[in-house]
Amino acid sequence: MRLRVFLLSLLLAAAAAPSYADDGIVVYNAQHEALTQAWADGFTKATGVKVTLRNGEDMDLANQIIQEGDKSPADVFLTENSPAMALVDGAGQFETLPKDILDEVPANFRPSSGNWTGIAARSTVFAYNTDKLTADKLPKSIMDLADPSWKGRWAASPSGADFQAIISAMLALKGEDATLAWLKAEKENSTAFRGNTAAMKGVNAGQVDGAVIYHYYYFGDQAKTGENSKHVALHFFKGQDPGAFVSISGGGVLKSAPHKADAEAFLKWIAGPDGQAILRDGTSFEYAVGKEAASNPKLPPLDTLEAPAVDPSGLNSKRVTELMTEAGLL
Amino acid sequence: MSWRALGLPQHFPTLVAAALVALLSLIPLGFIIGVAATAGWDHVAALVFRPRVAELLINTIWLEGLTVPISVALAVALAWVTERTALRASRWWSALLVAPLAIPAFVQSYAWNGAFPDLSGLPGAVLIGTISYLPFVYLPVAAQMRRLDPALEDNAASLGKNPGQVFWMVVLPQLRLPIAAGALLVGLHLLGEYGLFVLMRFDTFATAIVDQFQSAQGAAANLMGGVLAICCFVLIGIEAWTRGDRRYARLGAGAAHEPARYRLGAWAVPSMALLAATIGLSLGVTLSTLVGWLWIGGLAVWNDGQLWASLVQTIVFSLIGAGVTTLLAVPMAWLSVRAKGAMPRWLEAAHLYAGALPGIIIALALVSITVRVALPLYQTAATLILGYALMFLPRALVGLRSSMAQAPVELERAAMSLGKPPLVAVWRTTMRLAAPGIAASLALCALGIGNELTGTLLLAPNGVRTLATKFWAVSSELDYVAAAPYAVLMILISLPLTVLLRRQAERALSR
Repeated sequence: MRLRVFLLSLLLAAAAAPSYADDGIVVYNAQHEALTQAWADGFTKATGVKVTLRNGEDMDLANQIIQEGDKSPADVFLTENSPAMALVDGAGQFETLPKDILDEVPANFRPSSGNWTGIAARSTVFAYNTDKLTADKLPKSIMDLADPSWKGRWAASPSGADFQAIISAMLALKGEDATLAWLKAEKENSTAFRGNTAAMKGVNAGQVDGAVIYHYYYFGDQAKTGENSKHVALHFFKGQDPGAFVSISGGGVLKSAPHKADAEAFLKWIAGPDGQAILRDGTSFEYAVGKEAASNPKLPPLDTLEAPAVDPSGLNSKRVTELMTEAGLL
Repeated sequence: MSWRALGLPQHFPTLVAAALVALLSLIPLGFIIGVAATAGWDHVAALVFRPRVAELLINTIWLEGLTVPISVALAVALAWVTERTALRASRWWSALLVAPLAIPAFVQSYAWNGAFPDLSGLPGAVLIGTISYLPFVYLPVAAQMRRLDPALEDNAASLGKNPGQVFWMVVLPQLRLPIAAGALLVGLHLLGEYGLFVLMRFDTFATAIVDQFQSAQGAAANLMGGVLAICCFVLIGIEAWTRGDRRYARLGAGAAHEPARYRLGAWAVPSMALLAATIGLSLGVTLSTLVGWLWIGGLAVWNDGQLWASLVQTIVFSLIGAGVTTLLAVPMAWLSVRAKGAMPRWLEAAHLYAGALPGIIIALALVSITVRVALPLYQTAATLILGYALMFLPRALVGLRSSMAQAPVELERAAMSLGKPPLVAVWRTTMRLAAPGIAASLALCALGIGNELTGTLLLAPNGVRTLATKFWAVSSELDYVAAAPYAVLMILISLPLTVLLRRQAERALSR
């Protein structure tokens, strides 16, 4: 009866598979895996607490946490952008953070609610092909890209959370009508890539003149071989333009967290000097947001980017999806 | 206890088991109908009748309308050259034409993307779709060509038809069934594929559904899933219609003689060129690109704990998934062979249809349903395994059915008359004789699960990373070199699949 033994062992294995070791904390991670892994490894080394990552996309995981409600196994939620944090916060699932965690980060890099905090930041840029565009031909505002003269010349990654965060800022700053009109123009004018790296590669290859992405894709590629950014330069819109939006990556502890104390310790570690130093020294090239924390010296200083003031807790991802669906981008 | 005493058939428990599995299979379809019914007509109309959906529909029609005919024409030409001409080493050529089955379509796409970054949109989608799925048509067509009764061709020739006319009037009509079946497989794969089209920047329903799902898990994704399901049923309808009901088997007794192989003559050079070009496109570009990246990566890329961890996870999930799928298929397989009547036919249809639905629809249904009514199962390994089972149930059923049919029913009866309860009797006789078929079913399911990407992306529980999803995460960052070992491992574990499918295609026609 070898077959029976085999089938029995299959069933046993099936029963055993879902039970993961219940030590350490579970982090729902939408940040770049390499960065969060570096944070997790550093934290485990310092405290001995194990960290299990569930990797996904911002909205994916935010929706999952909401669906799971108070039964969610997640202790900590880390995102690339604020709208996903605002979504979970709106569902009332974040624990209000203790003052010592909030104090690690200046008030302009965290929401007014105090239910989550900033852990890193990234700036919107217009990455352009230096053979195709010169400094005087660059758009003054991100809104200019809606002009018919830009038809077929620029790209973005509209399905990604990064781009949708930029649109949520545009929505907060310019209102619904202007944003929808711009999105409809985007559908006409732009090429849709999947992922910012792919969009930048398209710029580098001259498939388009420029692309709306975040800054660190360029610096990351330059630090490696530079093969995807040889012909690329970055244009920071500045002047409080929606295109100068600095998106805050957020971290929060869930009310339902099974390991709340360790979860808070992890978040404090990330927002504190040790976690922020990984942003400075590592290869993520995201901006550090901790008090007195320095960013990678290769980056233009964050306070020179003239970013518009946007309260991250007011960013409305649901409305953005609806507008993008209406414009035919999704 | 005897079920007959209660007025029920002797195999009543098996019927119940098969009905339960059939109910599971109906979950995705029921889900789509449920979403459409509860969303309200206005809401449905606003989300379905919009320009974006029209755009996706046009993309899908172009994709299918170009890829399927090109694949069929190419497959027939290649099958003719390898099976009916005096080509040297034709077995080797034939094996090379089937080999691309071992390369997942999204790996082909990734390699081409790296080698030719400008290739994108419809041309890229059609090219990669054709080279990835060509074997699905080539395999059955070539197998059929090998078995054609040359007497028909001889008769046509003796009536004064030239070889070209013989091909059109006699050979091609006899290839109708394998062409229709192969074309349907290509068509369904094109509808369900996700990774290929993302990398080629060509939007289809599958890519748009994932985009919507990742932005907001609302009705828009589910309703696009409904449109996609309708596309699948349209394809199945077209296949049933083109298949027709003509009879192609010989009537009298006797056996066909070995068909003559035509000498290539002046056609030798173009034929070889066609073969070489097809293989160069379907294997050469991808394999040489991968080797190039492996060379750049050196030994360092293999010294990656996550690589081997995901290999182990892939193998574990493949084996468990295949075991569960095969187990679920057993009651229906037994009924298909042993029971008569309308009920088993309906149950069988319910088992088979889910295999035609794209993985994305099955995954979407399971995610949405577990979230609403079965939260403890949400994002667990059990749900992922169930998803795999629904996707691959037809594979398991087809393999089991044919091998159980070869076990004589008298053995079961003899065992029962010796006092064994029915289940034990079946277990000790038919199931043992069907062991090779069970093994083949297990292998086919395991290999399918090992390369599954779209459903796994949506269903994988915390911390689970299969080769396919990990490859996808790495290649999304366009880190070609780091993704190469994952691609190579996926190809290596898929190699046995090509051998199995090839054997199955030959056996299917020998009955």
